[in-house]
This record gives sequence, structure tokens and C-alpha cells, in this order.
Amino acid sequence: MTISIDAAAGMSARRGQSVAGLKFAEAIIIPVAALVLSALLFSIFLLFLGKSPLMFFGLIWTGGFGSSFSLQNTLQRSAPLILTGLAFAIPARIGLTMIGGEGALVLGGFFSAAAAIPLVSNSVPVFLTLPLMAISGMLAGAFWLGLTGWLRHYRGVNETIASLLLSYIAIAIMNFFVEGALRDPASANKPSTMPIGEAYKIGSMPGTAVHWGLAAGIILAILLHLLMTRTTFGFAARMTGGNPRAALAQGLPVGFLLVTSCAIAGACAGLAGFVEVAAIHGQANASLVAGYGFTGILVAFLARQVPLAIIPVAVLFGALAAAGGIIQRRMGLPDATVLVLQGLIFVVLLTSDTLYGRIPFLQPRSGSAR
Amino acid sequence: MSSFEISRRSLIKTGLAGLAASTMPLSFARAQAAVIVGIVYVGPRDDFGWNQAHSVAVEALKQVPGVTVVEEENVPETDAVSKSMESMINIDGANLILATSFGYYKPFVLEMSAKYPEVAFRHAAPLWNKDGDPKNAGSYFPYLNQAHYVNGVAAGLSAPGGKIGFVAAKPIPSVLSNINSVLLGARSVNPNASVRVIFTGEWSMPVREAEATNALVDAGCEVITCHVDSPKVVIETAEGRGVKTCGHNASQASLAPKGFITGAEYKWETIYKSYAADIAASKPLPNFLVGGYDKDMLRSTPYGAAATPEAIKAADAAIAALTKGEPIYKGTLKDNTGKVVVEKTYDNYDPYLDGMGWLLEGVQGSIT
Repeated sequence: MTISIDAAAGMSARRGQSVAGLKFAEAIIIPVAALVLSALLFSIFLLFLGKSPLMFFGLIWTGGFGSSFSLQNTLQRSAPLILTGLAFAIPARIGLTMIGGEGALVLGGFFSAAAAIPLVSNSVPVFLTLPLMAISGMLAGAFWLGLTGWLRHYRGVNETIASLLLSYIAIAIMNFFVEGALRDPASANKPSTMPIGEAYKIGSMPGTAVHWGLAAGIILAILLHLLMTRTTFGFAARMTGGNPRAALAQGLPVGFLLVTSCAIAGACAGLAGFVEVAAIHGQANASLVAGYGFTGILVAFLARQVPLAIIPVAVLFGALAAAGGIIQRRMGLPDATVLVLQGLIFVVLLTSDTLYGRIPFLQPRSGSAR
Repeated sequence: MSSFEISRRSLIKTGLAGLAASTMPLSFARAQAAVIVGIVYVGPRDDFGWNQAHSVAVEALKQVPGVTVVEEENVPETDAVSKSMESMINIDGANLILATSFGYYKPFVLEMSAKYPEVAFRHAAPLWNKDGDPKNAGSYFPYLNQAHYVNGVAAGLSAPGGKIGFVAAKPIPSVLSNINSVLLGARSVNPNASVRVIFTGEWSMPVREAEATNALVDAGCEVITCHVDSPKVVIETAEGRGVKTCGHNASQASLAPKGFITGAEYKWETIYKSYAADIAASKPLPNFLVGGYDKDMLRSTPYGAAATPEAIKAADAAIAALTKGEPIYKGTLKDNTGKVVVEKTYDNYDPYLDGMGWLLEGVQGSIT
């Protein structure tokens, strides 16, 4: 591997272009082309329905970015998606397909609400309560996905299936406690935990209507990007992702790397759950199960598992969700239409994976330059 | 790369076209009439259940001259609904917001109604509290248990062995009242009637609802009814097993051509049209609107193929009695653990019944 990089670098240096530059261009052009192709295919679908694609995409613009209200709507909706996108992307870098972000989010939200009960009842100050809640949420999520990683490495259980099934178990656990032991008696018709109260809720960032959860997501994305690209841990993780057996042979602590990466992913999803509880609902209940974990998978894929790229992609998906409402109302299209678009993007994107390394003008020129 | 060159002229042309397309929707609201209603559904409009009932009422509302309705479906009980409501107010100019799912109220409707005091917000569950909740918010809720009582009357005469099966979602007061009302209605015509209930634990869980229906039929139930968001699965499964059915929320008559008796339907359009009329006349909307057959807020689905003339007669009589205010919960009644829970006769809108946490004796099943 090392040899070929040097050779490629040497060869392309003769052409005056950098390999890194070409790879970067490839990483941007192919997903963008996939997006454009999906938009075109979707336009054909819309024309079949007798609807105007121009109006549709115009409404995505208006509903997603066209006014300060739309922009804030978009940003608010993208906040959980950044975190759940990270929950898929980090294990993906190490070669695991973990789709359990939903369960980790729900469990994280539940545990932070549960931790809030003794803290709020004893009037512990906000600057202690919120971090403690966040930590319990992150620990719960980390444990849940870390468990899946452990099962994968030490017991050979397929992590995709395990994480999905554990998701449902997590939701059931949340329901069990929220409807039973931890149910707030005042919430008879919609079982929920005790509300944390306005005083403890995470507020909006000054001058906006978007809560601080967005900032937390962005900061975490930047930190994890640095972790994966600039530290030895990140390098070892990516090596393991490339070839676990080679990594083992080289003496890398593969088990530790796997479980830690999964735990980090779970902590991200758990934090998303905490934010849902502390910024939006004020309590844990069935509304935590909103599908953010699953949309995060799509976000991570479109971002090519790069933590920093997850931010703009999450904003794009936030915009789609934000515009979905106005598209329904103006064009009389069912809500499922936006899902069709998302599905189309996903399929085209997966297919576009095969194009890496095949587009001639994006490859470093190899061979003699005599 | 020359084939990809975009000329400045075409760029400006497409840019302006896009801009024009994007400004089109904004001018929509200004030219419209005085009553603009925004309604938010938690699920799909064609679910043969809770959301369809609202959607059917909205279709009736749209026929009223001067009323515009904008609808949004599949809005989850998260801050997405706040954004939807805000979008309807800011972009569509809505002056009445109808929030139809239970979990929309706290905190979303409360927050939005405080933020937009000139817009009326009404929520489909009896949650509005006059001490503390914003004055522009309010609740509306028909007492569907009256229609379930009628279901029970018809079912009691359609089940020779008196066994009725009930697939329920969550054991909350409004669901429990429906179950108990079915029992009381059935027992009013058939003293041996009993109701067997299975709780699925969720408002919409198609697989578990089908399993519960099959389990009830296997246990000998001759009529199946339910309280879940979308009774489609329950009714279809029961029809497939050849047993009779009573519906809930909206009309499922078309799903059970052989076995349908009648159903407990909400008649939301009475409330929606009265709100629209109040807004058009610039009158304040009532904050708390409840009712039943007496206020024309309920209807029983037109009788299906499995309704015998005897059942039809008894059900019609029950509807007439309820329209006059005949109480359903007449004491003394015990719950199925033997405790006395109803010691006197309660008016159908008595707040005591809103805190119901028991199943009457005659109902086989448990809340926990």
C-alpha cells in the first residue's frame, strides 16, 4: 500500500497535479452527480404524476432556505441528523455497518430523562443537571452500540442485524419504563417521564429559534473528523476498516478499536436523544421514536462517511423535511413523496459507488511518461 | 470542457425562472378568503381510521364558501408539528389551526398559541385548562364512547353467545371508556354478553393487531371491534375469519362487505364548520367543545350486511336515547376485580369518567 502511494504520487507529480486533489474532486463530483441524477429521475416521476418538477424544487428552496423561518426550520431539523449520521459513519470507517442509531438515541433520551428525575426533584442547578443528563444519555447510547461491537468482534454476531434488533429492544425498554415504573401520573393519556420543566430546558441560540443541540452536533462532527483523520486512533481505525486481518497481523488492538468506535457512535446517538428530551420535549415518551436514527444512515452514506461532510448533508435532509410540509400543502402530494426522493437518492448513490476509480479524467495517470 | 460551458444568458434565464417559480406559492394566501384553516394529521389521510375521519370532515369543510383548508399529513409528535403550524400561519396565512393528534398539545400547541395570539388553535383532545393555558388555544372532543355503546347494543344482538372481542391500543381513559361502553351496550340487550380485550400497547401496530384479532376469534368471539388508530387490519382480519365486526373512528364498511354491523364514527365536520362560521362572523371560538349524539358530533356508520333488523331497531333506539342525554354509566357497577367503581349514575360528560382507570366486571382482560 505504502509503495503504490509513493509511486502514484511520483507519477502524478510529473503531470503537475496532486493525487490528493484528484481524490478530493472524485469524492465531491460523484455524490453531486448522484444527487443531480436522482433529481432528474425524480422529475420524471413527478411528470408522470402530472406535477411540475420546477415547482417541486422551487418549493424545496422556499421551504428549506427561502426565508429566515425556513432556514431555522431546516437547521432545527438537521440537528439530530448530524449526530445520528455520525453514529453510522464512525463504525462505517472501521468497516462495520451499524444501523442501531435509532435504539441508541431512544435509550439515550430515556436515560437522560430518567437521570433528570432525582436531579430536578432535588433542584440541582441547571449547569450541573444538564451535563449529568447528557453524560447519562451518552453512556447509555455508548453501552448499547458498544455492546453490538463487542458481540461482533468477540462472538462473531453480524453487527447489522444485531444493531437493528437491539434497536427494537431499546424502544421496548423505553416503553416499558415510561409506561410503567417511571410514568408521570399526570401524563395518563400519553405516558411520559416526569417533565424536566422550562427552567431546565436547553434554550435557543441567541438571535435564532434553533436550539444548542445543533452547535453540539457541529462541534462533535468537527472533533470526530479530527479524531478520524489526524490521530493514531483514527488511522488505526481506518486501517482496520480496510482489512481487519491485516490490522490484526500488524498487531493493532482490533477488538479495542471496534468496541471503542461503536461506543463513540452510540454516544453520538445518545447525545441526540438527550437533546430531543432536553431541548424539544422536556420528557421521554414514545415521540422519541421519530426515525432520526434511520435517516442518519442515509445522511452518512451521502456524506461518504466523512464526519465533516455530514454537516452539509444533514442540512440538506433537514431542508427536505422542512420543505415537505409546504410541498404537501401546495402541490397536494402525499407525504410519502419526499420519502420517494430520499429512497431514489439512496439507490442512485449506492450505484454510484461503482464509479469510484473508473472515471478516466479523475484518475492519476499511471504508466510511462517517457 | 467546452460542451459544459453555461452561457451567462442561459444562467440568468434559468435563475429568473427559478425565482419566479419560488415566489409563486407566496402570493397564494393573499388573494384568498377570510377563513383559512390549517390542519395537521399525525398519520396518512387514507388510513381508514383516526386521520381519515378528520380528512373526511375537511372535505366537507372545503365545500363551505369562503373557506380554504391546507392540510399536512404524517407530521410526527415532535417539533416538526410546531414548524408545520408556524409555516401554515406565516406562509399560508392560516387563522385557525387544527392539531389532531394527542401528543401535539404539550408543548407544541401551547408554545405556538402563546407565540401567535391572533391565531386560534384547537386541539382534538380534552386537554385545555382554563387556568393557565393561552386563551387562543382550546380543545374539542366528541365522546366516542356513546357511539361504542351503540356498537355494543348492535353487537349484543348479533352474537348469540354474547362474546365480543375488543382490540385496544393503550389502557388510557378514553380507550377504557369505549371498552366499558361496548359492554354496557351489549348487556342492555343481552344480559349474558361479555367483552374480551387485548391491549396491543401501541396506537398503530398492524402485526400485533392482526395477532390479537386472531387470538380473540380463536377464543370464541363472535363480533370484533377495536380502538386503534387504524382499524383496517383488525376489520380485514376478522372479515377473513368470517366473524362480524363493528368499526371505529371512520367508516370501514367497505372493508367488510359480509360481516360489518355498524361503527362508532366521529363527525368532526360539525365542529369544524361551527369554527369556520364563528371566524367568518368574527366571533370568538369556544375554548372547550365536547358533545356526543346530542350535539351531532358523532354518527354511527350506516348498517352493513351483518346487521339484523332486530339489531338495527335496538341501535336506533339507543341513538335516540343518547341524543336525549340518557346516561350510560348507571350505578352500582363493579370493576373486574370486584371493586365498586360506579356508585351512582353519572351524566355522560361527568369529569369522573375522564379519569377512568378500570375495566367493568364482564370485561375479560387487564390493564397492566
